[in-house]
Amino acid sequence: MKRFQLYALIAAISVFANTASAQDEDLLSMVGGDEKPQKERVKYAFKSPRVINSHSIEFLNPGTLDFRILHRFGQLDQGYKNFFGLDQASMRMSFDFGIMHNLMAGVGRSTFKKELDAFVKYAPIRQSTGGKLSSPVTLALVSGITMDGMPWADPSRTNYFTSRLAYYFQAIIGRKFSEGFSLQVSPTMVHRNLVQLEGDPNNIYALGVGGRLKLSKRIALTWDYNHVLVGMPDSGYYNPLSVGVDIETGGHVFQLHFSNATGMNERAFITETTGNWGKGEVRFGFNLSRVFQLKKKKKD
Amino acid sequence: MKKIILFTLAVFTFSVSGYAQKYFTKSGKITFDATASSSPEQIEAVNRSATAVIDIKTGAIQFSVLVKGFSFERALMEEHFNENYMESNKFPKSEFKGTIANNTTVDYSKDGTYNVKVQGKLTIHGVTKDINTDGKLVIQGGKINATADFNVLLTDYGISIPGLVADKVGKTAKISVNCSLELFKG
Repeated sequence: MKRFQLYALIAAISVFANTASAQDEDLLSMVGGDEKPQKERVKYAFKSPRVINSHSIEFLNPGTLDFRILHRFGQLDQGYKNFFGLDQASMRMSFDFGIMHNLMAGVGRSTFKKELDAFVKYAPIRQSTGGKLSSPVTLALVSGITMDGMPWADPSRTNYFTSRLAYYFQAIIGRKFSEGFSLQVSPTMVHRNLVQLEGDPNNIYALGVGGRLKLSKRIALTWDYNHVLVGMPDSGYYNPLSVGVDIETGGHVFQLHFSNATGMNERAFITETTGNWGKGEVRFGFNLSRVFQLKKKKKD
Repeated sequence: MKKIILFTLAVFTFSVSGYAQKYFTKSGKITFDATASSSPEQIEAVNRSATAVIDIKTGAIQFSVLVKGFSFERALMEEHFNENYMESNKFPKSEFKGTIANNTTVDYSKDGTYNVKVQGKLTIHGVTKDINTDGKLVIQGGKINATADFNVLLTDYGISIPGLVADKVGKTAKISVNCSLELFKG
């Protein structure tokens, strides 16, 4: 009889245990709801494909067109006479296209020197997490060309079309360290076919540092600096530094900033920045970006 | 006597394992629509890789979906959805864990359509809330098709819509579930 009681107890326990576990058990983990970590691209390191002036490690989504209008006003130190620079404005407008998640191209036209520019940006490596072969950084390569549109300075001599051209090549290595903080460095080479003075170098090498610190979900602090390592003229030129905020609304990103650079393409802001932050030769500027979806993503 | 006890034990054990049948899928479809009535564009997305499990014995029903798996027509919407609203890096998953309240009225062995009441806890954006909804189970050829539509108030889950886009993104999102579950042999 004792044995019977024991069996009854075991039976009771087994039934109880079964029902109890059926109530609480995590069915999802049982069928493998938690998949193995898959390789996943780290997205949205920057709000836009440009930090401020410089290219960022971010790309446009495939099938999208980014219409950008960049404004730089006059120097703040001009005072009330020129309403702190707002009376004068220089602009660049551009159309950038997202071709693949790691490939984009764009064309732009600037007021400054009536310059046309075009570029292609490609990322062979993108920052990712999980899985094998994930990379801690994004590597992007940019190749661009600019064309000066000004009348020839000296029409009396033989002028070649190629004299109007300059090229730039850039590698950008960047990482989104956390949700709120991204940083990138960008070694850049600018080659100018024709320079103003005999002593000016054709090749200029610079190292850029750009970053973003998110202040809230929709507002971020950004900065963008280029240090010319080789080829900086002795006087009159400075390294371009821009500091600003990105404000994101529905379909727009507003980038408001202060910068000592007037030019808005790589040739112009790396080699021809004449403002000195120390003297207040700084300009207020903003970038307006409106993204259009040209090709709709397949939903079904 | 001993035999009877053993038999009883065996029956219990068998009945437990025999009825502990679970149906599951890893390719459930979950869509949501948060379009405001005045919006010129549709704010909607679809996810086709939801995991769903139903334990037909206990009526337990669970869903899990990766927030990043929602696909939008416009890439920028997808970015805002992940970055600003759902914060999918912080809260990668949305889950529902509940029970079919009237599970006993469903005969899983017979083909047919059954209306069910489901209650449980829904976790979105790191916030868990109790919800009740009506759903439908269609049993056919050993498969269960589970569908349900319900609305969630976004502010309930700590998702705030800024005034600037309030004319496009509604205060509530309609969530539609459509999962076809098969017998789990595990």
